Parts: sequence; C-alpha cells; structure tokens
Amino acid sequence: MSPAPVIAARSLVKTYGMGDAVVHALAGVDLTVHQGDYVAIMGSSGSGKSTLMNILGCLDVPTTGRYLLDGIDVGGLDERQLSLVRNRKIGFIFQSFNLVPRTSAVAQVELPLAYAGVKAAERRRRALAALSMVGLAERADHKPNELSGGQQQRVAVARALVTAPAMLLADEPTGNLDSHSTREVLGIVDRLNLSGRTVVLITHEDEVARHAKRVIRLVDGLIVSDVRQAPVVGPPPAMAAANAASAGPAAAAASAADVLAKEAIR
Amino acid sequence: MNPFETLRFAVHGLSANKVRSGLTMLGILIGVAAVILLLAVGNGSSQAVKNSIDALGTNSLTISSGAGFGAQSTATSTKPLTVTDAKALADPTQAPDIKGVAPEVQTSQTALYDGTSHTVSSVIGTYPAYFEASNSKVAQGDYFSDDDVLASRKVAVIGSTTASDLFGTASPIGKQIILGGTPLTVVGELATKGSSTSGFNDPDDVVIAPLPTVQNAYTGFGSLSQILVEATSADTTTQAQNEITTILMGTHGITNASAVDFRVSSQTSLLSTRSSTTQTFTVLLGAVAAISLLVGGIGITNIMLVTVAERTREIGIRKAIGAPKGVILGQFLAESTLLSLVGAGLGVVIALIGAHFTIVGIKPVVIPASVYGAFGIAVAIGLFFGSYPASRAASLRPIEALRHE
Repeated sequence: MSPAPVIAARSLVKTYGMGDAVVHALAGVDLTVHQGDYVAIMGSSGSGKSTLMNILGCLDVPTTGRYLLDGIDVGGLDERQLSLVRNRKIGFIFQSFNLVPRTSAVAQVELPLAYAGVKAAERRRRALAALSMVGLAERADHKPNELSGGQQQRVAVARALVTAPAMLLADEPTGNLDSHSTREVLGIVDRLNLSGRTVVLITHEDEVARHAKRVIRLVDGLIVSDVRQAPVVGPPPAMAAANAASAGPAAAAASAADVLAKEAIR
Repeated sequence: MNPFETLRFAVHGLSANKVRSGLTMLGILIGVAAVILLLAVGNGSSQAVKNSIDALGTNSLTISSGAGFGAQSTATSTKPLTVTDAKALADPTQAPDIKGVAPEVQTSQTALYDGTSHTVSSVIGTYPAYFEASNSKVAQGDYFSDDDVLASRKVAVIGSTTASDLFGTASPIGKQIILGGTPLTVVGELATKGSSTSGFNDPDDVVIAPLPTVQNAYTGFGSLSQILVEATSADTTTQAQNEITTILMGTHGITNASAVDFRVSSQTSLLSTRSSTTQTFTVLLGAVAAISLLVGGIGITNIMLVTVAERTREIGIRKAIGAPKGVILGQFLAESTLLSLVGAGLGVVIALIGAHFTIVGIKPVVIPASVYGAFGIAVAIGLFFGSYPASRAASLRPIEALRHE
C-alpha cells in the first residue's frame, strides 16, 4: 500500500448563497480513499454528491476544509498548478460525455496529452492504445456525432485514462446509457480498477454501485453510511463473481484487455 | 503546446464555422483593401495632376494682367499687357534667363469645314515661340513661322481634338477651315497632350494662329490675354521671374514693387497648389478607409465574443482535462489574429488587383507604405480586439463553464 492515500479530505464544507438563503451542499465530509480502491458515492438528487465530485476533481474549491490529492494540498495551488493537477492526477468521465465537438475520437484522447506537452508521435501512439483498450481502435477518426452514446462514453473513458492519472472520477458515467452500453463501460472501469487504478464514481443506481468495493451514501451533505463490499486489494466484486462462475470467454476477453490496459498505462 | 499546435487548434476552431469566419474576414478584407485602394486613387490623382502640369511645360512662366487674387498689390490703375511689353522681355541683355517670349491673345470661335461645325474652346493668337514654351509638338505638318507672323498669313496649327472633330480621320494638312468667318489654312496638327484631368479644359481642343492674324480677325489690336515666357531651364525660372518683374515695372512705369499691375506665375507654383489640394483629398480618403478598418476590428471582437459564449462548455471541458489558462488564451487570440491576418492578406491581394483598373478616370498608384501599414494595422487590430474575448474565455472557472448550456 502506498504511503499517502489518493484522497484525504477533512471536514469539507461547501455553501452556496448568502445570509438566510444559504444552502449547505456539503456539511463537513471526511473521506479517505487509498490507492486501488473502487468507491461508489450514492445519494439522491441534492445530496451534495456532485458538489463533492467537483471538489475532488479540483473543478471547484470547498468553502472550508482541507483536501489532499495524492499527498498534495490542493487548497494552496494557483490556477496554473490546478490545471496541471487536473491534467496529471485526475481522469474525468462525465454523465454527458463532454467530448469536444467536431473533433475526431483520437484527437479527443490526444488532447490531455497535448496539454501535458507530449510529442505528437508519442501522443498518437498512446491515444490509439487507449482507444483500442476501450475497443474503439477502428473508430479513431470518427467525430462525436458519428458515435453512439456508449461509444462516446468509451472515448471519454479513453481520454480519462490516457494520461495514467492517480484516479478516475466518474460522475454518473452510465446515466445516459442503455443497459448494454452500461455493461460495456462498467466492464472497462472494472478492468481499470483491477489493473490498480483508483476509481471514484457517483451514481444513484444500485446496479452500478454493486461494481464498487466500497459504497458511500450521502444525505444532505453528510456521509450516512460507508459499506465495504470487497477488500481494497484484489478484483472488484463484479469481476470476482464472474471469475468464480468461470464463465470462460468473458473472463478471457477481460484478462486480454488487462494486458492491453497495462501496456497503455505503462 | 507549441505554436504550431496552437495554430492547428485555431484553424480547427475557425473552420468549424466557415460562414461566420468568412464574413468576419470580409470585414477586415474590405477595410484593408479600401485603405490601400483609396490612398492609391488619391495618389494617382495627384500624379495625374503633376503629369498634366509637366505636359504644359515646367520651365514656362505666365504673365497675366491684374494685381492677382489677393490684396497684396496696392496698384491704383492697371495697365494692360501689350506687344511692346513682350518685345521688351525678348531683350537678351536685360533678360539673359529668358529663352523665348510668346504674347498671347485668346478667344473662342466656331470653326466650319465641309459642312461640319465645331466650337473651338480656345483660339490662340501668338508667336512661334509659344510652341516650345507650352510644350506643344506637331504630330504632322509644321508650325507656322516668324514669317507668317510678320505677314499676318491666314494659317493655323490645330489641336488633335479639333482635328478629329472637323476632319475625322482624314489629314487636315493643307485644308482650309472657316474660323469665325475668316478662312485659315491648316499647316500642322499638334500631338495629343491627352491630360484629361477633370477640371481642366481639353488642351487638345485648340486652334493656334499667328498673333496679328487673330488680332485682325477677332480680338482687335488692344491688350494681350497673357504673355508666355520660357526660361532657359527649369532651374532659372526664379531668375527669369525677377527679370520679368524688373522689365515690366520699367515699361509700366511702376516704382513700388508691391504695386505691380501684373502677375507672373510659374507652373511650379501651380503644381504645389494642386498637389496640396490632392494631399487633402488623399488624407480624407485615407480617414474614411481607416474607419472602415476599425469597424472591421469591432466585427472581430463581436464574433470572438459570440464564439466564446457559444463554446463556453467546450472551454470547460478543455479546462477539466487540464488546459492551462495560457493555452485557452493562446487559442482564442490565435483565432482572432488568424482571422485578421488572412482577411488583411486577401485585402492586400484584392487592392493590388483593383489598382490595375482605372477608377473614376484616375489610374491608382499604390503607395507601398500603405500596403505594409494597412496590413500591420489590421493584424494589430486582430490582436487588440481579440484579446478581450480571449481573456474572458481563459478566465472562466471550469465548473461554471462546464455547467453552461
């Protein structure tokens, strides 16, 4: 286990508005997530889970509280350093995919590398590796409007993992997807976690939460339950179940993908 | 992010909305082309004036009667210019810098030839020295001679416009025209001077005959319209002018130099008056064009603001995946600069093509400085007017930009 936890948040508070109209989106959240963990944050609409996610992703700053990402105190960073942190440490997956319009899949995936200053040839190689990892190698030149919702989300996943970030942050990644695409995307996320990537995902579907090793429930900006479904080290529960059933082809495909994933992230 | 990458992103961003980018470029294009072309037209017209004055003869001086336009002179009475004055000026000992003297009477008459009638705007009676002093050359035939003047022969040299109006394409030499009731034999046709600068009389619509002939037939033997003097060279016109003043003050019996009753004007003074007029004209044209360039710049700001608003979400995405502020700023600045750069470049091309055509009778002459100036200003405008929308885009907070619909 690594010495510093990936996420170490202490009494995070986020308020909106002023005076009588003040809203406590987060009312003091403590959270520690270790490397390799797979956390699902659940809660109803308005429970503050998206606010928490934005703060964890360095898109927003807490009103009070301290947040250490991979051992770095994010509160003390300036704008430029924050953009570096977002680029190097975090991979985002959004509910609405958030792909850059009119840009081919491979260019989307190259974008974070371009901002990181990676050379063009190396960038292309890593972007294509990430795309083949999510099974979209042959659609590298397609624009977002030429891809299905599931495919767009897989491009977003490839973009999130291409910089080999410390953690993947997924905000309702399957919220806009049908059940088939949901299984595909979650399968990819499971394999990423299996290969050692820390994953934090937000959802309100129990079906999705079943994939996580740990489920946290938020109500009115506070953590009300924190349940561990599987140990930090080891395969995520959904994969463990699949392996136990040893259903053959699916598991073989998954482990083949693992090899690719390790190659891509190397 | 190297500059090449930034440029690639900018081209990508602009090509995403081709019509809008095209229209914005058109604004800059028109501005730049207008600046270059209008200045070229202004410059062209001043060149045309200069050329037409050169055609009249640069070392000639014109003496006319009267005290001049201003109240510089306190002359109480005005003596008309006479042939005696002209003869006094032709004295080489008193006026060593004067090469030739041509007294001139002017009138306007109707000419008839073979049933064709034509009103000649200027019928000039003079000496043969006139031809050299006024830079008039014959295309065919010959000038009339001193002998013709002494004998008051009824001969004439006609301008090319007069010739073509009366004779068409036929040669006028040796033909007899009836000018105001007097028959004149055409001995020569002048070469076309052809300076068609608006505001001048057509210098090719002219009949030139010996002085006594014209005086006898039309004007009488009174005063002269003016005396044309040719200096020995363009450099001696000032000395010649002084000599003229001295001699004429003698013949007119004037002692006070500020009370002269005649006026000596050189083509150079005419030239400077004309060129200062066209200078004003050029500056005005340039100002109008500069305003259109400014409007083009405001167009860039407007379009970039719309682009930023429209792409707020995209900016949010880019920031979420780690685009630093500088990169976003660079991308939008590059887009606006590219707009003005391409627009200005095309504007220069259009202006240079347009300068090959004659515009309202003026052949434009492109001023090289205006090309560099307009291009440089347009690009600077792109940078300047693009910087506000660009900095607005760059300082958006990622979470707010992402929430933008």
